[in-house]
Amino acid sequence: MQHSTLTAEQVRALIAKGKLKDTLFQALGIFFLGIGLIVIFLLVGDMVLRGSERLNLDFFMNFASRRAANAGILSAWVGSLLVMMVTAFAAVPLGVAAGVYLEEYAKRNWVTEIIEINITNLAAVPSIVYGLLSLGIFVYAFGFGQSILTAGLTLALLILPIVIVSTREAIRSIPAMIREGSMAVGATRWQTCRYHIIPYAMPGILTGVIIGLARAIGETAPIITIGALTFIAFLPPAPFTEVTPGVNAGMFDWLMSPFTVMPIQIFNWTSRPDPAFEINAAAAGFVLMVMVLSMNAIAIWLRYKMRKNIKW
Amino acid sequence: MQIHDQPALKAEARNLNFYYGEAKALKNINMPIYDKKVTALIGPSGCGKSTYLRSFNRMHDLYPGNRYEGEIRFYPDNTNLLAPEVDPIEVRMRVGMVFQKPNPFPKSIYENVAYGLRVRGENNKRVLDDKVEQALKGGALWDEVKDRLNDLASNLSGGQQQRLCIARALATDPELLLFDEPTSALDPIATGAIEELVHELKKRVTILIVTHNMQQAARVSDYTAYMYLGEMIEFGKTDEIFIKPNDKRTEDYITGRMG
Repeated sequence: MQHSTLTAEQVRALIAKGKLKDTLFQALGIFFLGIGLIVIFLLVGDMVLRGSERLNLDFFMNFASRRAANAGILSAWVGSLLVMMVTAFAAVPLGVAAGVYLEEYAKRNWVTEIIEINITNLAAVPSIVYGLLSLGIFVYAFGFGQSILTAGLTLALLILPIVIVSTREAIRSIPAMIREGSMAVGATRWQTCRYHIIPYAMPGILTGVIIGLARAIGETAPIITIGALTFIAFLPPAPFTEVTPGVNAGMFDWLMSPFTVMPIQIFNWTSRPDPAFEINAAAAGFVLMVMVLSMNAIAIWLRYKMRKNIKW
Repeated sequence: MQIHDQPALKAEARNLNFYYGEAKALKNINMPIYDKKVTALIGPSGCGKSTYLRSFNRMHDLYPGNRYEGEIRFYPDNTNLLAPEVDPIEVRMRVGMVFQKPNPFPKSIYENVAYGLRVRGENNKRVLDDKVEQALKGGALWDEVKDRLNDLASNLSGGQQQRLCIARALATDPELLLFDEPTSALDPIATGAIEELVHELKKRVTILIVTHNMQQAARVSDYTAYMYLGEMIEFGKTDEIFIKPNDKRTEDYITGRMG
């Protein structure tokens, strides 16, 4: 091959050929991206159109009802919100501590290797298996019953691998020179974690947590397994309010309350014979969709906001 | 190695060997570090000068598989910095370090300098304010930043960031200050400022500096050590090393025939 003998025309022909492939690949990419986007828009659009007549304040403030037009999602969205709160409170400290330990403290040996592989595997365990596990452990062994606490802890287990992995990735993106700079002035490992590693990893950790929660909020299978109710016409007792005459609820009584969540409410409505309930299901589906998307939006905003001040 | 009217010793490497896993990176190094003097470490890339420098604050302890043999005696108390019973954190409290690339924390200028004091449990605002000011003055940065101590350190220029890192190290009054090629990421003007600062600092602290730049070694140091392939080839007063080196290999390196 004598490249030096190429004429100017031959070089141009080569470039043109290369650029054609460039263009082709670009078009292909846009096409496939378009498929994904169009499907999502169709789904959401369809739900909005079909559910629009139910999307009003009453829908949010009404309990489930036998009559579709009166049925609302009050107990479902409150339930989802409370379950998510428990999930976040349980999964964040556990996941962050585990991630920090694995990255900053653990010695590299076969035990940590096995732990690491298993954490990755846990992320792939079907969610129904977590439901079965919780049924045995939280519902019966610990006696938490079919409560918000059980559901929150179940979903916390489910998203724990996501939180651990995102914590570790966020920590790994901190340059070694920051860690060395901290240790070089005589800081201990914990001081380095407390003042540097955890704060600088926080944007990544939060993103992971919210993405995990966004996944958890749509989970149905494990919640059904642990026995969430499908028809519920009351709210968990708010702290210190009167539940029965003369008796006030404790601070954490709501944790032990029966509940339902958005996806179960939707599932329940779609399985009714009366087609009027499909309108409710579509409207509730849209609300759930908005909840998930706003969580993702918050994640993006938080990450942007927090990363602005973290530059190496 | 004819050295008359020797100053006091600050530290001394004795039969120092160092291993990265199986690979031997430092071979039987013996060398004095004199008190309140600047000692430069020169040599081609990979000769072990940074490895040697990082032994003085036990930086190698942060990573698994590293092993020291021999001693680094630290005076006046004659502590062996490398002894297993000596806590690396205690060593780092006495020996400060400035890195190759400026590595300020993504925090305010004030918090960067105060950090070393905070890890020592100092939380008194007035003490901190005072020490931060002293350290920034020591780092020749005070006049440039005194009105914006709460600005992010990342907003400073590269040279200012490096002087901030020097101030961070000075804040805790180290006895020995290690510089690992502190100007290799800086422009000539910022480099000049750091060199001037090193000259100023040796009044109060002993300095060990790794440099790729032989002119820099000649300009800033009182003593120079030439290292090659993990060995200490020659150590002596900087004038003597640069004017009439004893070893052929030193001469080749200094005159640019090698390295």
